[in-house]
Amino acid sequence: MKSQVRDVGGVRVMDLEGKITIGSGDVQLRQLVDESLNAGKQNILLNLKGVSHIDSSGIGEMVGCFTTVTRRGGAMKLSNLPAKINDILQVTQLITVFDVFDNEAEALSTFPR
Amino acid sequence: MLAEVCRSASLTEEAVYWSGMALREALANAIKHGNKLSPDKRVFVRIEVNGTGELRIAVEDQGEGFDPSGIGDPLAPQNLLRESGRGVFYMRNFMDDVRFTKAEGGGTRIELTKKVSKGGNNEEPGS
Repeated sequence: MKSQVRDVGGVRVMDLEGKITIGSGDVQLRQLVDESLNAGKQNILLNLKGVSHIDSSGIGEMVGCFTTVTRRGGAMKLSNLPAKINDILQVTQLITVFDVFDNEAEALSTFPR
Repeated sequence: MLAEVCRSASLTEEAVYWSGMALREALANAIKHGNKLSPDKRVFVRIEVNGTGELRIAVEDQGEGFDPSGIGDPLAPQNLLRESGRGVFYMRNFMDDVRFTKAEGGGTRIELTKKVSKGGNNEEPGS
């Protein structure tokens, strides 16, 4: 998985690309979220536009990150889901758990200022 | 390897994608839960497209055996936020048929089938 991190206002935006899968992307995602929380950035937006695969370990890690961020008083949201990633969130019913937005601007507007 | 087999049989990109996802889960299951990450144990994979238009994948480990009935429903409200337990669910949603049997050596054999002929479940998972 490749990633780029940027801060937009008070939100840490993570542009993710490639595979969030066992042994690589899943661990990397956890590290990115931990780094964000340690830096005091508790509002996180995952831009999934470039993500091609999320396996069960990857989706588990996303759930874990979501839980951790929420417990810390922050919010983790998703934007720009490719069709297949949307399918995976639908069948796992995690689409009902995550806040999902079509684009970044829409997502950013929902974080507390 | 899977992509090559599928393309040689003119399967759709969708079928290749979802079958690949299921195969990934079966391999992870075999290495992690079957062989318990032992470098001394092997995982055997067989992929074939048979004459009836089915893609069949078999993954066999050398572990102690595995009972999938013990896995909780990942869609149950109490399990929805669990970080694990979705591997078998992935396989069952992405393939038309998933069977667990005991391998000759005592490990687990997972057989994944995807119907690739007309009317097969090769477009979207869970349909």
